[in-house]
Amino acid sequence: MNFHAVKAIYKFEMARTGRTLLQSVVSPVVSTSLYFVVFGSAIGSRISEVGGVSYGAFIVPGLIMLSLLTQSISNASFGIYFPKFVGTIYELLSAPVSFIEIVMAYVGAAATKSTLIGLIILATAGLFVPLEIQHPVWMVLFLLLTTVTFALFGFIIGIWANNFEKLQLIPLLVVTPLTFLGGSFYSIDMLPPVWQTISLFNPVLYLVSGFRWSFYGVSDVNIAVSLGMTLVFLALCLTVVWWIFKTGWRLKA
Amino acid sequence: MQPIISVSHLSKVYESGFEALKDINLEINKGEIFALLGPNGAGKTTLINIICGIVNPGSGTVTAAGHDIVTEFRAARSLIGLVPQELTTDAFETVWATVSFSRGLFGKGKNPAHIEKVLRDLSLWEKRDSKINTLSGGMKRRVMIAKALSHEPSILFLDEPSAGVDVELRRDMWEVVRRLRDSGVTIILTTHYIEEAEEMADRVGVISKGQIILVEEKTELMQKLGRKQLTLQLQQTLEAIPASLDGFALELGPDGNELIYTYDTQSERTGITRLFKALEQAEIRFSDLQTTQSSLEEIFVNLVSTRS
Repeated sequence: MNFHAVKAIYKFEMARTGRTLLQSVVSPVVSTSLYFVVFGSAIGSRISEVGGVSYGAFIVPGLIMLSLLTQSISNASFGIYFPKFVGTIYELLSAPVSFIEIVMAYVGAAATKSTLIGLIILATAGLFVPLEIQHPVWMVLFLLLTTVTFALFGFIIGIWANNFEKLQLIPLLVVTPLTFLGGSFYSIDMLPPVWQTISLFNPVLYLVSGFRWSFYGVSDVNIAVSLGMTLVFLALCLTVVWWIFKTGWRLKA
Repeated sequence: MQPIISVSHLSKVYESGFEALKDINLEINKGEIFALLGPNGAGKTTLINIICGIVNPGSGTVTAAGHDIVTEFRAARSLIGLVPQELTTDAFETVWATVSFSRGLFGKGKNPAHIEKVLRDLSLWEKRDSKINTLSGGMKRRVMIAKALSHEPSILFLDEPSAGVDVELRRDMWEVVRRLRDSGVTIILTTHYIEEAEEMADRVGVISKGQIILVEEKTELMQKLGRKQLTLQLQQTLEAIPASLDGFALELGPDGNELIYTYDTQSERTGITRLFKALEQAEIRFSDLQTTQSSLEEIFVNLVSTRS
């Protein structure tokens, strides 16, 4: 194992976050906080409780999950796309590093950044709405599993993308809508039966539901199913990344 | 001499169907400077990129110090440093950070003394805290060399190192390359500046249309393929070469005051003595003479044009 390489890439990526603190950390925290102000404090006080939880508190797990998904994807995708774009990828490809080490470093850095952002948003949410975390270990587990899984997904997008538009395509047109429709702002019990069934095909629903269960003990789907779906997606992403490095797809001629 | 790089029956066909390399066999000796010459699209960069791990090989094998570049990629790559053709650097990192990053990437622990030495050797020490996007093109080229040397490689690939570099920096780089060779580093360079190969290389390989045309000691190559010319400064101008000199490969200079005789250095008899006698009989006198040898560039152009 080339630990020096893993450390070098990880430090390089974290240093990039340090250089772009406003964009990387402050911006997502502020924009998510605005949701708490608008839906939690302003409008939320006029909406009845959902599953015995005040609306302002109900949306916290979903909003954190929205941030985790988008940040994990964008951090990891940009991290691997940028060397491709400027051409410095040659150094990575010619270095004595295995695909596992490259993935560990890039995905580890992206997941670290997203986890930090998630925790900052959680702390910020506590300023606007009353919070409780009934299952803190599960909360941390879901948080880490989600950041790692979606950082892997972002890594795949970064390798697939051959322009900046494609880099934004999946996060904006797929992930964000799925998150909004995945029960971030409502329980699927509130939907007509047909839409409830359709919602079950949305993978983000399982993440939001499991994460919310770790806070309030209420969920749209069984916690085991949530965990299982997350692990399936993680395994799927790992398989795709393994295949990419095995074949050199979009990396090597 | 012991080969440090062995390329055996290497071929590469890109997805587009373009056959970049055709059954390449090549051995590069430890501690030499090997110049790989070839026109654009000949396959030089593809060959280097395969050895370094950037491009997947088609068929055939490559070893670096006995390590297969695919099955023992870790051992093979840790020996190799690469300065690619394109100026591809990070923009917002400092010189020190990016060179240190490269060292880590190649599996080496921190060694500030070595990084300092590399930066000083390349006249980058004063710029160590500068961000790369503030550097000139020549300085960026030096940074790329520093990155390639950061992990103390024993094999260094320089792919068109002088492209876009001014004369002063080129001379500096040649000096650095010579010092590296003296310290035991094997250097493989591709270049369009034949003068560069002529100045530095121990051996020369010529590649054209994906095939190695020849591999030869530079001096031997120049002796074997080099033509020499003897130029005679005439005391009186001539309108035409006299018929008595028809048997010699002579050309009359544009002003009629020079006779140019081309001969082969490798042939048993150069014909110079016979020419002098014939000139004397024809009562053609000369006031001065000089000889010139064809450059590597002329040899290269001849080789490639003959093949095509």
